[in-house]
Amino acid sequence: MADIKKLNESIILGDLDTSVQITKEALAEKTDPQEIIQEYMIPAMDVIGGKFERNEVFVPELLMAARAMKGSLELLRPLLAECGIEPQGRVIIGTVKGDLHDIGKNLVASMLEGSGFEVENMGVDVPSDKIVAAVQSNKIDIIALSALLTTTMPSMKDVIEALKEAGLREKVKVIIGGPAVTQEYCDQIGADGYSENANGAVGLARKLLAS
Amino acid sequence: MRTNGIQELLKSRSLLFCDGAWGTIFQSAGLKPGESAELWNRDYREKVLEVAQSYVRLGVDMIETNSFRGNGITLAGIGAEKDAAELNRLAAEISREAAGDKCLVLGSVGPAGKILMMGDVSENEMYDSFAEQVHALEQGGADAICIETMFALDEAELAVKAAVENTNLEIICTFTFAKTMGGDYKTVMGVSPAQMAEKMLNAGASIIGTNCGYGMEAMIPIVKAFRDYDSNIPLLVQPNAGIPKIEDGETVFPETPDEMAGQVPGLINAGASIIGGCCGTTPEHIRAIMTQANL
Repeated sequence: MADIKKLNESIILGDLDTSVQITKEALAEKTDPQEIIQEYMIPAMDVIGGKFERNEVFVPELLMAARAMKGSLELLRPLLAECGIEPQGRVIIGTVKGDLHDIGKNLVASMLEGSGFEVENMGVDVPSDKIVAAVQSNKIDIIALSALLTTTMPSMKDVIEALKEAGLREKVKVIIGGPAVTQEYCDQIGADGYSENANGAVGLARKLLAS
Repeated sequence: MRTNGIQELLKSRSLLFCDGAWGTIFQSAGLKPGESAELWNRDYREKVLEVAQSYVRLGVDMIETNSFRGNGITLAGIGAEKDAAELNRLAAEISREAAGDKCLVLGSVGPAGKILMMGDVSENEMYDSFAEQVHALEQGGADAICIETMFALDEAELAVKAAVENTNLEIICTFTFAKTMGGDYKTVMGVSPAQMAEKMLNAGASIIGTNCGYGMEAMIPIVKAFRDYDSNIPLLVQPNAGIPKIEDGETVFPETPDEMAGQVPGLINAGASIIGGCCGTTPEHIRAIMTQANL
């Protein structure tokens, strides 16, 4: 009998091997993949995310948990696809043009992936037209933009303007983040939301897709 | 024999001064977002030399080099990884030319821009890139290596180790800390000043400290935390001129020279040994800090 309650704990502890093991056992016993995700995995990410926001844990613990979560999700995803269940949402993420910093952006990508989103990481120094092209050719729900530097934050506005010009602005939500990004800046450039940290980005993405 | 110029100076003086920012001054001088300041060592040598000279003229005890993002892994982002050794050597040569024998030259080494545990680079690759950088800085005439703005113990340890094993220079290591909800200071990886101090001193750094961050006043509790760990170790403190804001499309660092200078007595009381500046500081900020400290 798979000790599925331990799946929650193993994700919180960032124990990839145990998480994958329990997931395999649970699947062998024909447990509903949706139930595994909703009842045990997502709540685990919520717990570790809350600890992160309260500074009880830091980036390493968050990354480990996201990795354990991702390991289990990889086993479950094909089964979900078979039943026609879509991912939580499709996200493209990148650091904007002129900015080569990718740590914060990769952290947000890991958290979104670990929380059930399908994420395409477009890398750093991503020009607006590449983002527009990605939205034109794929079904994208959310664009997540990162900028570390105050001097590259205006590139976020450029992306939003380029989306408007291409007539795509209403089709996608745009979320932004970076150390100097504020709610005020988000409002100013007309983005749909901003998060102060990687965990907040998950809540924000969920909220925007539910609205 | 490893150099020890800074430690020698500290035998006769309790407080030394370091330079302020370079990168934010280059931005005012036309460095575009995404452009590598390190390429200026080759392409606009005079402009880099000018910044170095502007700090030397103040009478600081040490200036840094324009090599913060000169790590081969970082330079690979702009396809310039093959130029890493040359750009770092030039950086040290320019600062050496400005400094002459009037002040010491600290070879600046910033983070590689990757987190080891994310698996994007291996420990060996990271070590090699630091080794190449510190070696080139020594060749160019640096007196010490300043490994700065670090936040992860594993990466900083590799950088210090690379400096120990590939140079004969005095080694400084500084981390960037932020205030947690619990009120203490940690890096984004959860590293406290005491944990950092223990690891970096063991790895071979002889001077430690903190830089960047959230302005001058926020450095005081961090310095105290270091002093609680070790009452003697030389401490380098290089704050930002506050947290940058965007006003009318321009990046503004809010702390004025006088505001930063006003925090100097607090920093000295907390136990700082060397004071300089990070992003947003200018020669005027450093001048005000030196004037205040010498009152």
